[in-house]
Amino acid sequence: MSILIDKKSRVIVQGITGRDGAFHTKKMIEYGTHIVGGISPGKGGTTVEGVPVYNTMQEAVLNTWADTSIIFVPARFAPDAIIEASEAGVRLVIAISEGIPVVDMLRVKAVLNKNGTSMIGPNCPGLISPGKAMIGILPTNIFMEGNVGLISRSGTLTYEMVDQLTRNGIGQSTCIGIGGDPIAGLYYLELLEQFEADPETKAVVLIGEIGGDAEERAAAFIKNHMTKPVVAFFAGQTAPAGKQMGHAGAIISSGSGTAQDKIACYEGLGIPVAREPEEIPELIKKLLS
Amino acid sequence: MKIHEYQAKEIFSRYQICTPKEKLCIDTKEAILAFRKINKKVVVKAQVHTGGRGKAGGIKLASNEKELQMATNTILGMDIKGHIVEKVLISEAVDIQKEYYVGLTIDRSNHTILLMVSSEGGVEIEEVARVSPEKIQKYALPIGSSLAPFRAREVAFDFFKDIHLVRQFADTIEKMYKVFVDQDASLVEINPLVITSKEKMIALDAKMTIDDNAMYRHPDLDKLRDDDEDEKLELEAKQHGLSYIKLDGNIGCMVNGAGLAMATMDMIKLYGGTPANFLDIGGSSNPKKVKQAMHYLTQDPNVKAIMINIFGGITRCDDVAHGLLQAFEEIKITLPIVIRLSGTNAEEGLKILSTSSKVKTVSSMSEAAKLAISTLS
Repeated sequence: MSILIDKKSRVIVQGITGRDGAFHTKKMIEYGTHIVGGISPGKGGTTVEGVPVYNTMQEAVLNTWADTSIIFVPARFAPDAIIEASEAGVRLVIAISEGIPVVDMLRVKAVLNKNGTSMIGPNCPGLISPGKAMIGILPTNIFMEGNVGLISRSGTLTYEMVDQLTRNGIGQSTCIGIGGDPIAGLYYLELLEQFEADPETKAVVLIGEIGGDAEERAAAFIKNHMTKPVVAFFAGQTAPAGKQMGHAGAIISSGSGTAQDKIACYEGLGIPVAREPEEIPELIKKLLS
Repeated sequence: MKIHEYQAKEIFSRYQICTPKEKLCIDTKEAILAFRKINKKVVVKAQVHTGGRGKAGGIKLASNEKELQMATNTILGMDIKGHIVEKVLISEAVDIQKEYYVGLTIDRSNHTILLMVSSEGGVEIEEVARVSPEKIQKYALPIGSSLAPFRAREVAFDFFKDIHLVRQFADTIEKMYKVFVDQDASLVEINPLVITSKEKMIALDAKMTIDDNAMYRHPDLDKLRDDDEDEKLELEAKQHGLSYIKLDGNIGCMVNGAGLAMATMDMIKLYGGTPANFLDIGGSSNPKKVKQAMHYLTQDPNVKAIMINIFGGITRCDDVAHGLLQAFEEIKITLPIVIRLSGTNAEEGLKILSTSSKVKTVSSMSEAAKLAISTLS
């Protein structure tokens, strides 16, 4: 088992004929992900990497029975693409696109909630269930099959953590990059619930950063409802207030959302917090022994 | 992007939100002309992108030309939290019966627009939130192109009994909501919204922040940009595909990815150093970008050592190494440089860099931080 995606996931790539879409389609297929189709309005009937291209999501879903979609289209067209996927009936949308206006995302979320569609992202690297499927832009070579789940708002910091785990012989069940935007899809709380229910996952690494209070809200769930150990790391202790640190959502506003607050919250509840990424494997080993 | 009070009020006026009679001035001469035109007691208000102007002495009353001249002279050129005042707003003084706070922002946890209202207006809302949070009422408003009038009335009835005031308040909230969604704001705030002795509601102050990601559809708003030196540098870096934020420390860092960049700064601090900046070069190893990044690090006179932390994913470390060598050829650098390369093609990258005498290479983040710090002593 794993969460959200596995060998059975049937994936459509929206924006498959673009440079990034085509490149990552190839990578995902190489990893064994079941890519069943692509979308590019006006290029229906052609193929990319042997995958049939359709003009609309509706047409693609009818022809391929896809249940998942990944979006590579530019930010200004991404809200429409996400809604198109949701209306066509896919279960899960992974939005890689960076730079979508917040007001647009509020509108998108309202549609997704109405249709019961789940989303990962936007502004994210996607997710991977090692040995089963990768839907995103993750460097597959650093991942290893195993029992640790990982949730993170950052891309390369995730790679750093995963690399540490894999080098120490600790494999992963599913790793999810939930994205760096203030309004996003599935987040810590929902994913922790899924990891708690997944028999293959034995422990979870939670990587947070400055901005918002989603980590704090997840902490209460960990404390009260999780039987599996969780280890956390928070980036941005040295970040100045009022500045966006690369990610649109990584900002300390009106003094709230600091890394110090998040660390204090977790430590107060007895959830271990790593001081640096290199401490993560040892903390996990200790908790699992 | 932050905009000034006077700019936010100009937008408010377009939506028929009541604002005082006022004029923006850049010198005393203009201020006197404005005063004569308003022809009553005025408030001189510093126009800077920071809060706490009142406390800093950036807001003063003037009831005659002499007072006005004194107030304007004191405020123009004043340094408020590092922002030098270049413009003042001469605004008609209003006799106040009661002050309210009204703010709209994004509710990150409920994925809606958050309306905050407090009867404790006119003071810093952060202070109210800290001391007496029960005095701030919060409402989750659904997203749409406008706010249903009944929702605005529901809120208004929580604060007023008099239907005349309920209507004015509800109307203000509806208009603020329209400003928020039309202009892609991430913050629209009136503090205080006052009730005058004649029972009229006026937005005495205004604060607005625009979502940077939405600027492409608001070319008119881009003209309102008034960045300070640091913000100018950040914007210029962004145009080169870099996220750069200057800080006060002495170890310059260059990292791929925002989360890893923050973790790198924290690591420097953890081992006793101070980061000079946040710098995310993004997912590309384009030599031009690497060179531009190096330029930012070396032009900061505080920087005494450089730490480069790259975790290759899709980005290949050998590409980054080539980019760095090119940058070293074109920029004269005498500072110590420590490089950590890990991930995709790290070995090849380290090998390429071993030909350069300028850099020390290591394989972990903590080693890099420790080594960079040790070069300072």
